[in-house]
Order: sequence, then structure tokens, then C-alpha cells
Amino acid sequence: MTLRADLALVADLVRPGSRVLDLGCGTGSLLGHLAREKGCSGTGVEIDGDAVLVAIRSGVSVIELDMDHQLSEFADHSYDVVVLSRTLQTLHRPHVVLQEMIRIAPRVILSMPNFGYWRNRIRLARGRMPMSKELPYDWYDTPNLHHATLVDLEDLFRTVGLVALERIPLTVDGQRLRLPESTATWAAGSAVYVLGGA
Amino acid sequence: MTSSDGVGVVETRTATLFDPDHPLQLARGTVLAPVEVAYETYGTLSPARDNAVFICHALTGDAHAAGYHVGDKRPGWWDNLIGPGRPLDTDRFFVVCANLLGGCQGTTGPSSIDPSTGRAYGLDFPLLDMSDFVTVHRALLRHLGIDKLLAAFGGSLGGMQVLEWALTHPEDLRNAVVIAASSRLSAQNIAFNAVAREAITRDPGFSGGQYVAEGTLPDRGLSIARMMAHITYLSEEAMADKFGRTPQLAELAPGFGADFAVESYLRHQGESFLERFDALSYLYLTRVMDYYDPFARAGATDAAAASGVRFLTASFTSDWRFSSLHSRRIVRHLEHAGIPVTYRDIETAGGHDSFLLEIEPYHATIRAYMDRALEEVR
Repeated sequence: MTLRADLALVADLVRPGSRVLDLGCGTGSLLGHLAREKGCSGTGVEIDGDAVLVAIRSGVSVIELDMDHQLSEFADHSYDVVVLSRTLQTLHRPHVVLQEMIRIAPRVILSMPNFGYWRNRIRLARGRMPMSKELPYDWYDTPNLHHATLVDLEDLFRTVGLVALERIPLTVDGQRLRLPESTATWAAGSAVYVLGGA
Repeated sequence: MTSSDGVGVVETRTATLFDPDHPLQLARGTVLAPVEVAYETYGTLSPARDNAVFICHALTGDAHAAGYHVGDKRPGWWDNLIGPGRPLDTDRFFVVCANLLGGCQGTTGPSSIDPSTGRAYGLDFPLLDMSDFVTVHRALLRHLGIDKLLAAFGGSLGGMQVLEWALTHPEDLRNAVVIAASSRLSAQNIAFNAVAREAITRDPGFSGGQYVAEGTLPDRGLSIARMMAHITYLSEEAMADKFGRTPQLAELAPGFGADFAVESYLRHQGESFLERFDALSYLYLTRVMDYYDPFARAGATDAAAASGVRFLTASFTSDWRFSSLHSRRIVRHLEHAGIPVTYRDIETAGGHDSFLLEIEPYHATIRAYMDRALEEVR
């Protein structure tokens, strides 16, 4: 089974043998891949029942809990790295979740859609909320509770005491952006960050 | 709907696992002999002996988990889970279920005959510990020629026994499935158990525990204990759905009789319980639950963490006897120790007894977990 492009990129950022907590692990494909290819161990967190079943069937340990309120179940520094893929924007309290993540592990790998992507800006300028591959939902029926540009997101990192060690801008297809890094805030459909504590 | 006719006709067998020359050493220091154990098996042990699943039953369960005894109208208590094509598929798994020590359904317990006196042990039966259940069931495995279980599996008290087994002898298990269980009873849990025991011991028929010899039975106390406990096994919503305020007869006839359907139902539960359960077993087994607190032991998770045993833990959202918090406490201790643990909180209105029901996401979870478990050894 091939890994979704953006998850393959996340997998490359995880060191071999790491203990990984994957928040919003879905069907557990990243953890399964990391266990097979990089000797990693770890736990997934997911609330979608169908996805949880697929994860269980594939041998991934997955814990059903509410990321907004129950991350306190995990002990301080109990993992090497915490991964949160395209999920931060669906949580009620992203700032609290970020603080919990860096409490649980010294490294955080986070991916997030970029509301400031140029097509979004044009659609908004024309008077409509953006809809795209990254943001495929109608405004009234979306799991995305928060919309942020990469600039907004990086402000939040600073506010909660996180340092961006690495930023990898991606195209809307989840491939590495080939344009200069300085274009990321408008040219990237999403970005992957490696974060550490201040 | 279950997907087949189940395992068919089965019978309970009995093995004598400890005798006066080789008595059972109990956790509290005393010895017990003889010890007989009632058990049933379903399916076939594979040539590699790698497909055995051990079922640990709840407080008032027994060895008859699946299939039919000759002449019975109702199947074993976990028949919806065990059988061809069911989550514990007996075409692939070899399933063992045994009555636990201190029980009253064929395994030695406080109403068994004490060979030194020729009458029932009564309150002279030794106090038991969760680990004693495990010791006896491990002996049964040796008797059956099984070195390692693919999984031990249990709900409620059965789940607590599985937890104990996996923490103290993880080398016996590849997987531990702990459902609607607790690693430490709350004050409220203990309080319910205490009232149940009071109902039994205060019944004049209890006769200081020698009711068999005295020819009396604490039936009133035992049925009240069961009625009260049964309320705690259901949720308010489940009782409202099942009974509401429906009169037992065509219309309400105010008075102190069993006027509401729920009252009649509880009376029936209390009465029918007398036919299958022993008051002393109720005392001894609930007391084991009260004292159980494995994570208070130093290094409680060390052996399991070193062994590679994996856990599946599940709770039910409407269970207030052992709420989801109890399961999450288990998960927290295991997860903090780095032990692989999967946890699901199953949405259901059925209350504590949900673990006995055929709830689609619950059974699908067990199926997915056990299919993976079997695949891993093949």
C-alpha cells in the first residue's frame, strides 16, 4: 500500500526507531508504514469508527479519545515525536492542543492547509469562501472550524512557545513546492512543519 | 442477527487440577485441595497450538459460554460472540471457557464439600485473590496442553481477571482483551457490593454460612442482592426503553404489589437467579473485586511491558457500573508503560451489560482485532 504523498513526506521526517504518537491517525497508514519501514513503535488517536476498525485490523494500536479534551491522558515526554496531519483546523482549541503536543514529545510534526493559498485569495476577493482540493467543503458543512494562513499559523507557534525547525511548503497535490521558499505564504496549498519547544 | 447456527450441542467437562498431594497455593498463603474446574471448549486446537482463546466470565457467569446443553432452550451466555463465522470464529479459533475458583457452577467454591469436615466449607473457605483465578486457569491450560494463548478475553470481572493474567504472566498471552472492566473499584462500586452482601448475610437463612448443612437458604437476601445489582447493569435509558412506566397487568392497580412491569421483571430476575447461583460465591467473588488494585503494586506493568503482550480495551458510553473512566484508567497505566493498547469507547444505551450484547461496532472491533491477532501468528 503506498502512502499518501503528504504522509510519505511526514514519514521521511521521523527518525528510525522513534516512538510516535499520531493524532488523527485515520486508518493508521502512517504508523503502519513507520513500523514496517523504520522500526518505529507508537499509538494512534482517532475518533472515526470506520477508520479505527481499519487501523485495528492492520495491527496499529489506536486509542479512541477526544483530542480537544483528553490529551492529558498521555504522560509528559512519553513519545519521541507527535504527528498531527491536517487536523489542527478541526479542533476546538488548537492552541491548547499544540501545547499538549510539545508536552508529550520534544518534536512535533504538523501539517496544515494554507488558507492564504492564491486561489483561495482570488475566490475570497470575488466574494466567495474558498473551496479547493485542500478545502473541499461548503462553509456550512465542514469539519474545519478554523481557517488560518501560514503567517497566522506561525504567529500561533510563537505565541505558544514553539519554534519552527523546518517548514516544507506543499502544492495542493501534496508534492513539495518547487517555487522559492519566499513564495510559500501564497503559493503553497499546505505546509508541513517540524516544531520544537522554545 | 448471528451469521450461523452456532457451535451446536456442547457439554461441560470437569478436571481435578489440584489434589492433597499437590494443593493449590493461594495468594493469601493458605492451600486448598482438591480443586475441580468445570470448563467447555469450542472449535479445534490447531496442530501448532496457536489459536487458543480463553474466556474469563463475569461475576455470575459460568463455563457454558456458547452452544446448547441437551434440552436447553437458551444458548450459553456469550453465544452471539462465539461460533462459526462469529467474531470468535470457532472454525479458526479454539475457545476455552472455565468456571472460576470460588464459583458455584462446577468449579470448587465455598459451597463445595470440605474433605476435612465432610460438609460445605461455608465461611471457612479461604478468602480469594484475583491472582488465584489466574493460577487455577493456568493449571487448566497445562491440563489441556496449551502453552500460549492467542488471547485471554473477558468482560467485567472477567476483564479484571484478564488484566491480572496479562500483568503477572504475560508470557502466557499474545493478546489481552479487557472489556467493561475496572482496575480499581470506586467507593460507589464497593458500596453496591457491600449492600448486596449485607442483604445475603442478614437473611436469617444464611445461618452463618452453613445454610446447606442447616437446610436453610438465604434466598430472600440473594434475590434482593441480584435485583439491586441488575439495576446497576442497565442504563436508565435501557430501562426506560424496555419498561417505561408500563403496568404489569392491563392497567395500574395502586398498592404495594409488583404493579409496574419493571418490578415484576426484577422479581423474576431475583427468583431465577436462585436456581443458578450460590450466596457464598456471591460474597467471595464480589470481595475479590473490591480488593483488586493491581496498579498499586510496585513495578505492576514491568513484566507486561517486557513481554510484547498487546491489549484491546473497550468500554460502553452508557455503562455507569464501570464507566468509561475505569477503562481509561487501565489504558492510561498501560500506555504510560509503553504497552501496546487499543481502546474504544463504544456508543450504546445498554449499560454495563452491553458487553454481552451483539452491538455492531463492538463486535466489528473484536473481529478486526482477533483477525489481526491470528494473522500475526500464521
